[in-house]
Parts: sequence; structure tokens; C-alpha cells
Amino acid sequence: MTTIDASSGGVGAHAGEHHGASYLHRKGGFMVTVWDWATTIDHKKIGVMYMFATTFMFFLGGMFALMVRLELFTPTMTNDAGQIVGQLFANDVYNRMFTLHGVIMVFLFIIPAIPAAFGNFLLPIMLGAKDVAFPRLNLMSWYIYLFGATLAVVALIGGGVDTGWTFYTPYSITGTAMHQQVFLVTLAAFILGFSSIFTGLNFVVTVHKLRAPGMGWFDMPLFVWAIYATSLIQVLATPVLGITVLLLAIEQAFHIGIFDPALGGDPVLYQHFFWFYSHPAVYIMILPGMGIMSELVTVHARKRIFGYKAIAFSSLGIAAVSFIVWGHHLFTAQTAMANAIFSALTFFVAIPSAIKVFNWVATLYKSSIAFTTPMLYALGFMFTFTIGGVTGLFLATIATDINLHDTYFVVAHFHYVMMGGAGIALFGGMHHWWPKMFGKMYNERAGILGFFFVFVGFNTTFFIQFLMGSQGMPRRYATYIPEFEIYHQISTVGSWLLLIGFLIHLANFTHSLLKGPKAPRNPWGGLTLEWTTDSPPIEHNFHHEPVIHHGPYDYDDVVPPFCDEKDFPLPAPLKPGAAKH
Amino acid sequence: MTTATPTASTLPYHETYTHQEHWRNQEDEFEGAKLGVWLFLTTEILLFSGMFCGYAILRIFYLEHFTAASAHYLNWKIGAANTAVLLISSFTVAMSVRAAQLNKQGQLIINLLISAVCGVIFLVVKLGWEYYPKYIHHELPGKNFAYADHTGAYIANASDPVFLAIYWVATAIHGFHVLVGVLLLLWVAWRAGKRHFGPKHYTAVENVGLYWHLVDLVWIFLFPLLYLV
Repeated sequence: MTTIDASSGGVGAHAGEHHGASYLHRKGGFMVTVWDWATTIDHKKIGVMYMFATTFMFFLGGMFALMVRLELFTPTMTNDAGQIVGQLFANDVYNRMFTLHGVIMVFLFIIPAIPAAFGNFLLPIMLGAKDVAFPRLNLMSWYIYLFGATLAVVALIGGGVDTGWTFYTPYSITGTAMHQQVFLVTLAAFILGFSSIFTGLNFVVTVHKLRAPGMGWFDMPLFVWAIYATSLIQVLATPVLGITVLLLAIEQAFHIGIFDPALGGDPVLYQHFFWFYSHPAVYIMILPGMGIMSELVTVHARKRIFGYKAIAFSSLGIAAVSFIVWGHHLFTAQTAMANAIFSALTFFVAIPSAIKVFNWVATLYKSSIAFTTPMLYALGFMFTFTIGGVTGLFLATIATDINLHDTYFVVAHFHYVMMGGAGIALFGGMHHWWPKMFGKMYNERAGILGFFFVFVGFNTTFFIQFLMGSQGMPRRYATYIPEFEIYHQISTVGSWLLLIGFLIHLANFTHSLLKGPKAPRNPWGGLTLEWTTDSPPIEHNFHHEPVIHHGPYDYDDVVPPFCDEKDFPLPAPLKPGAAKH
Repeated sequence: MTTATPTASTLPYHETYTHQEHWRNQEDEFEGAKLGVWLFLTTEILLFSGMFCGYAILRIFYLEHFTAASAHYLNWKIGAANTAVLLISSFTVAMSVRAAQLNKQGQLIINLLISAVCGVIFLVVKLGWEYYPKYIHHELPGKNFAYADHTGAYIANASDPVFLAIYWVATAIHGFHVLVGVLLLLWVAWRAGKRHFGPKHYTAVENVGLYWHLVDLVWIFLFPLLYLV
């Protein structure tokens, strides 16, 4: 691993002398460092700041999820003596908590987490560029996020909103004191939309214009393809959310009547508007996770990705289909004909998704799998995402959806896709690129232990919810009939296992930052460009503008840069005539 | 004017400007910036399509009432005047880009300023002849709407506040875009005054021009939908 490739190492060593400082290198005292980070236009620093912010939001949103689960540990009942037992929080507090959980997780964690954190850090490096196309816009996007996030959290925790993250009208525009807060929260969502749009716009232009010499579209890593498709959705869908939440905020403030049936408006129009963004937003959440998957599966299995173009185009396919299926959120609010059309269209989502899963599985065939933490997360993703995806088809089928609508089955489905898909991929990616981002290795055993807690905890929490939901347990209620008690208790215990898993990861990463051993340039033997630069990368990413000589997954032909052939041997050539058998 | 060979320090900014460090060359930077602005314009179109879509749905709900409300509350002559103003400004913006390409510095500044002035005229007409009278006559959406018309000749329909909601929100969002456009045009004109733009470098002129055309285009759709049909 320590042997440096003679051709690139020799040149790099010479030029690296004068401007080769790591991007984490401190230029002065504490205040100088803070100012340096606060005004940076370096995509890596902005990505790292996003990573810490979204991680904070994840724990904040997770805390409220744990409280929701805690309330549901026992049903709220009136005993023989007429006392209320089993109630931890008042019902309206419960409503506010699940809204908090939803809004924070959707708008503040999962939408920005992978694109803004990993996308910012990795996309320019993977393309061989010095920065994103518009570095100052990138910084602005970060501050818009910070401002919107602060506004949202203050409004949510300060007053609280009990509408759920969807803010359905007319409930959200009634004039009660609590719903005044809807104004602030929707305004925050409007502001956060700008951040999302600017990040997406930046990435699209970067991919078009800043690829390294020799890098064609099909030489790009699949993570870049996924982020590209995500960015297109961000650019094309978020403005519709913008106008929707802006109208909702105006509606709440002035009662203008566009969505208010009492004033002649149309609440179903709100639902259409909302889901025209929020359904594609689901793919803003999952597509980057799929991009991470494509990287983890090949690098940790040391095999060329199976079906490169199929995976690349399926990302664009998902992006395209995402815009025409929003009506499946309105099966109870639109005509039977519209239901039939949207139901049929929804099934199309399964095709590109399945193409990806099949290709990842095919990549593993006869590969050399290393059971590292990132690889375990990748394998876990295939399991949980497939369950999440397939149960989506149950819900797309109108006949079954009539029974499953608004039950825990839906909750379990989207948690399997969001948490079991995007979340699991994010944690895998975090372990995979951690050595590159901070130049420190983490403890592999602790990582694997954390993975098992997360994986088992996740499935314990949510699989049981499929069973509950199929038996009719409705969503959103603070209590339930006693028959469901054991299901809810299993689910709540699962949420504690999840917490333990995340705390192990948190401790592991903290330990790595403080005391971790120095990471080599290419600890996993990857072939994409980020592994050719230092760990952590230098300020301008590369000592010399990289030139592309091989594809991102050519494990059959290339010894990974900065790796020893002893560690990463090339496959033995086939014996003559062997292919015939 | 001077016979000495110009050096880097005497040359105007647009002659010496190359590109930001992370771009490979000036052409890539120009193309990249333009692509970024086009993508931004796409988001603008989608933002306004939300408004247009809401308009279409509610108009289908209240077809006759919307037609009557349009004729009563809005004066097409004012709208037409503003349309003409914006069309002129779009022409002058296009001329300013041409002037930058041909290095005609005087024409560049004049055209940009005319465009900004047109934007200001649009806003003044909007505020003085449309928003203000509507405001004092309670022709407002929502709770401040007065069903009793100030002329006494018109009987308001129940859906009139909804029509006015669409009108106010759509034109206010558009008006905000005009305001931003005017500020951008003045900024570009100021930079043009410092000789920042020429045949080799006119990215900001081009991109502000693109934005201004979009602002114009949105009005071209808003005007007939609200005032004429």
C-alpha cells in the first residue's frame, strides 16, 4: 500500500512542495480558522460543514423519533378507576413531535445529506476538477441552508406545528395560534428550496463543464451519474415546492383563499402541488444513496461494475419517471380514472430500481468481497432497499392500497426506502470516504459492531410495522388498541438498538478524528480519482490536473494507484480455451 | 489616443480578464455561467407555472365569474402600456449585448440604462395605477375584500377574492422579479461604466440580459391571461 506509482508519484512529489498543504491545514489560531471556514469557497470545506450540520439534524430528528416510539410503548387507556394510564406526552405534544421528526428528517437531513455533503466533497474530485463551477454560489447555498434550518428548528421547537410534514390544507391554514407557526415553517421550507436548487444547479454545470481531460460521460464514476440525476430533479422540482409553500405561507398570513375551500379555493390543488415536488423529492433522497452503492459494491468487491450504462441510464430513468407518479399520493382524493393512470405509471419506477439492484448483485458474482464496514452497509442496503421497493408495489396497487392506506404499512415502506435505503447508504458512504475526508482511519471492528446494531435495530423497528399495518394499525395516532401492544413494544426496542448502533458509530468517528491512525491515499484500492490524491486532499485537490487513462472500474486491467500489487493483484489471465467451458 | 503600446495596467478590464482559477479557459467559464443561468431560468419558469396551473384550475371552476372579474377589476390599457414598456426594454437589452460584442462602450451603457428606466416605469405604473387604487377600494384577496363595490355598479361574485388572489400574488411575484432585474441592470451598467465589458468578456451583460428576457416573457403570458381573456 505504501508503494507509490512511479510515474504519477514522481511528478507529484516535485510540484507538491509549494502548494501541497492539506485542506484541513490550519493557517492560524482559533479565530483565524473559524473565519477561514466561515468564508471558504472550497467545496471540500463546504461539504464537511454540511456533513456536520446534517449529522446534527439527524440526531435531532432521531431524538424525536425515539420519543414518538417511547410514547407508543404502551397504549394510552383509561383504567377502571377512571385514570388515564400509559400516556407519556399529551396528544397534541405527540402530534408536534412526529411533525418535528418528519420536517427535520426530510428537509434538513435527508435531502441535503448526501448531495450537499458527499456531493460537494466528492463530485469535483471525482471529475478531476479544482472546485465546483460556482464556488461562491456554493457558499451562499450553505448559508441559505443554515438560515432556513435555523428558522425551521426555532419555529418547530419554539411553538410547534402539528400538521405533519405535508402541511395539508385546510387544516394547516386554520387560524389557531399553533398554525401561525406554519407560516414560519413553510417560509423556512421555501428558503431551504433555494439552497437545494443552487446546489443542484452548481453540480449540473460542474458535470457538464469541468470534467478532466479525457473523461467522457461514460468514464464518470456512477456516483457522479447519480448526483447528476439528483441535481436535475432538484432543479426541476424544487421551484414547484417553492411556489406551493410560498402560496401556503401567504394563505396562512392573509387568508387569500387559493387553497382554502371556505373562500372558494381548492385543497386538492395543494395536494397536487405539494406532491409534484415531494414525490420527486423521494428520489432526491434515494438516488444519491444508489450512487454510493455503486461505488461501495465495486470497490469492496474488487470487480468491474456490472452493467455500467444500465446503472447510469437507470438513474436518469428514475429521475424522469419521478415526475409523473405524484398522483399515487392522492388515491383517496382524485377520480378513479386518474387513480388507474397514476397506479400504472407508478409501476414503472420499479424497472430502473430493479435494474440497479440486479446489477449490484451481478457485480458481486465471482468477485472478491471484503467484509469491511462499507461493504456490510452495501449488502444491508440491497436487503432493506429491496424490501422497501417491493412493498412500494403493494401500495401502488389500488386494490391493496385501499386497505393499506394510512396504516403503519406505509410508514414501514417509506422508512425501509428512506432509512433502509438512503440512510444505510449514507452510513456506508461515510465509512468509505471517511479516511479520504479526514485522513484518519476508523476502527474497523467498532464499525462492524455498529453496523450490526443499526441493521438489526432497523429491521426490528420497522419490519414489525408491516405486520401491524397490514392488520389495520393506523398512522399518526398517539395510542392504539391493546392487541397491538406487543408489536409496538418490539418496534420501540428496535429503536433503542438503532440508537446504540449510531452512538457506536459516533464514538468510533470521534475516536478516529482524535486518535485514529493516518489513512493511506488509497485504503480500499479504488480506481476513481479521489483515491489518487492525498488523504486528506490538498487545497486544490490535485498536484497536477489529472488525465484519465482508465475507466473508473477497470479492476481487471489496472493495479489501483498507490496500492501494492501484493494487496490488490490483477486477476490471472484465462488459460487458452478456458472460456469455451 | 496614445501611441505607446498598451500595457496590462492601461488596458481595460475586459481585455485583461482571463478566467477564475478553477476553470480551464475563458470560453468554458462563459459557457458554464450561461448554462447555469439557463438552468436558473428553468426554475423560474417552473415557479411561475405553479401560478399558471393554479390559475387554470380555478378558472375552470369559476369560468364566467373569472371573466367578469377580469373585465371589472383590471384595465387592459394599463396592462398593454406596461407590456409595451417591457418589450422596448427587452429590445434595448438585446442591443446592449450586441454593443458589448462590438466594443461600443457608449451604446452599451445607454441601452442598459434605458432598460433599467423601462423597468422602473413598469413598477411605477403597477404601483401607482393598479396596486394603490385597488388597495384603497378594498379590491384585495382574503379577509380585506369588500363585496360592496365602490362604484356601486358591480355586484361581486363569491369567487372574486380568488381571482384577485391569483392576480395579486402572480403580479407581485413578477413585480419582485422586475425590481431585481432593475437592480441587476443598474449593477451591470455601473460595471460597464468601469469598462468591465468588451468583446472578449461580457458574461454578466449576457446573463442579466437572459434574466430580463424571462421577466419580460412571464409578463407576456400574465398579461393576456389576467387582463384579456
